[in-house]
Amino acid sequence: MLRIKNLESGYGRLKVLKKVTMHIGAGEIVTIIGANGAGKTSLLKTISGLIRPRSGEILFDMKDIGKLPAEKIVFMGCSLVPEGRQIFAPMTVRENILLGAYPQLRKNNGGAVRDDIERVYGIFPRLKEREKQLAGTLSGGEQQMLAIARALMARPKLIMMDEPSMGLSPLIMKDIFSIITRLREEGNTVLLVEQNAKAALGIADRGYVLETGRIIMQGAAEDLLSNRDVQRAYLGRDLDAEVTM
Amino acid sequence: MYWEPDKECLNRDELEQLQIERLQSTLNRVYAHVPFYRKKFDAMGVLPEDVGSLPDLARLPFTTKDDVRGNYPYGLFAVPLRDVVRIHASSGATGTAAVVGYTRNDIKTWSNLAARVLTAAGVTKDDVVQISFGYGLFTGGLGLHYGAERIGASVIPASSGNTARQVKIMKDFKTTALVCTPSYALLVVETMRKMGIPVSALSLRHGLFGAEPWSEEIRKELQDALGITATDNYGLSEILGPGVSGECLERDGLHISEDHFLVEVIDPDTLRPVAPGQKGELVITTLTKEAFPMIRYRTRDLACLLEGQCRCGRTGRRMCRVKGRTDEMVIIKGVKVYPSQVESLLSEIGGGEPRCQIVIDRKGAVDEVTVLVEADEPTSRGKDRRQGGMEEALRKRLTNELGISVDVKLVEKNSLPRSGDKAGRVVDNRRL
Repeated sequence: MLRIKNLESGYGRLKVLKKVTMHIGAGEIVTIIGANGAGKTSLLKTISGLIRPRSGEILFDMKDIGKLPAEKIVFMGCSLVPEGRQIFAPMTVRENILLGAYPQLRKNNGGAVRDDIERVYGIFPRLKEREKQLAGTLSGGEQQMLAIARALMARPKLIMMDEPSMGLSPLIMKDIFSIITRLREEGNTVLLVEQNAKAALGIADRGYVLETGRIIMQGAAEDLLSNRDVQRAYLGRDLDAEVTM
Repeated sequence: MYWEPDKECLNRDELEQLQIERLQSTLNRVYAHVPFYRKKFDAMGVLPEDVGSLPDLARLPFTTKDDVRGNYPYGLFAVPLRDVVRIHASSGATGTAAVVGYTRNDIKTWSNLAARVLTAAGVTKDDVVQISFGYGLFTGGLGLHYGAERIGASVIPASSGNTARQVKIMKDFKTTALVCTPSYALLVVETMRKMGIPVSALSLRHGLFGAEPWSEEIRKELQDALGITATDNYGLSEILGPGVSGECLERDGLHISEDHFLVEVIDPDTLRPVAPGQKGELVITTLTKEAFPMIRYRTRDLACLLEGQCRCGRTGRRMCRVKGRTDEMVIIKGVKVYPSQVESLLSEIGGGEPRCQIVIDRKGAVDEVTVLVEADEPTSRGKDRRQGGMEEALRKRLTNELGISVDVKLVEKNSLPRSGDKAGRVVDNRRL
């Protein structure tokens, strides 16, 4: 579904991503893990068209999207749930969700929007309960759900999520992760960027480890979980303190 | 039957994407964690970032057996030793072993790749697999053992040696798959004849033979004598051990696990790639190894890549059966012997630079090795006691160091070909 080859991008003179090559197959949950500043968010922003790639190619459904503006990329079916939710606090929950339907309206597919809202309310009953409430009054977890719901309204083939668990309590975080799993079960494809490597690898099929803009490891999620470098660097396990038999 | 159909039958386009992803991450790791590679890359002015496609691999330096030995024992490991759960070693031309390590994930990968080879050869969970490779530092035994267990077969870790007992086990335990070197399989056949055990008394169906080159002629002989389908498989410790490639039941080339290894074929003299389909030296890069990644390892094994698709449906490219070596290494009873190793042992014992020749014969199914050594002084026909004592001392030492029994004969000075004459150091009279 998404195939990236030798992608390089950055800000001004700063090169953040160095020859990143990766892919996501239809129906997969793929996670990118890495420390702060490794380039995870830059990668998602580059795929979304918010940052221009300097070189390399981004193929989405075999079409090169590397030079397309951000909105075209969303129209093609590649949506981002941004870091920090970025919802519109003074608008109601329903209005926020409707904003996500913009691509459908542009495609004169307005009739489907009502069904789509019902569908996302089916996934997030809490949002239906609060549809007339101002988004700014929602809890962190609900705001995250809203951000995901808004992205789903574009009927994306690929949903990219940037740190969806950030700032959430462990219990709410669990909810969000079970929603991600459910989205996949419904046929969605998910690219998940997370600092919480353990939780992300727990639900992902595969993962890539990004370190200073380079992919230093890739593989099945369970293999990354059992890799000792990953354990030391990202899972917070103090291996030296553990006594092994 | 496939072990991992989604991986063994991956389409070429997806496979190549996976290969470049894995190659780039392997390069990033070796550059960061293995000083040997960093120095070598820096010396050539090449960075991991310079490899943007599979053909770019050719810009990287080769790694040789000498590099591995020069970093004895752990210099090429890419992870700290505490992450290593297994260590193996293979013999080297001058005695220093090549030491290789495996993380827990590496062992898992290895088991799966060995399971692929076994499955391709027809082994299933219902088989009783007798592994008559040596267990120990040699990777053959444990590598295929783990693969067979992974499949769920019943594994008999018979190891090598005591052939009469092996035959009894094979008969009584109803072994259905035999895993060993082809030369050992020949010895099994001969031992059965001596013991008067007919093939009808056995339950054997499959034979997986490897760790040394063998011909189609031997294949036919083993298939007929044991009533089996005999398949070839290939691997080497520096890369993984058994599991790099193996034949399917079509027996038309060995399927390389290309999602884990990149294989190039080069001309050993010019070091340039040979034309497609031509024979040359196999050069292998690992794509998933954690503890002991290898970049462009020169195997010294001569083979070629086969064109076209196999009827079995696997998409991994096939290599032909190994056709020889670029060096003079010979495999005797499954043990690698280098003439240079014998020469250095002789000079250690007797001083100087004695000229020698290794003569290998096969009596029945057993390899017999005679090392001819030039004496300093004229040898007497009647064989005086001093000369006999010398031969005996050399025999003991060589047998001890090489790990196989050899006979030693002193010959007249200047009767052997000059050591500069490469082909002259080994005379292999075996029918391989």
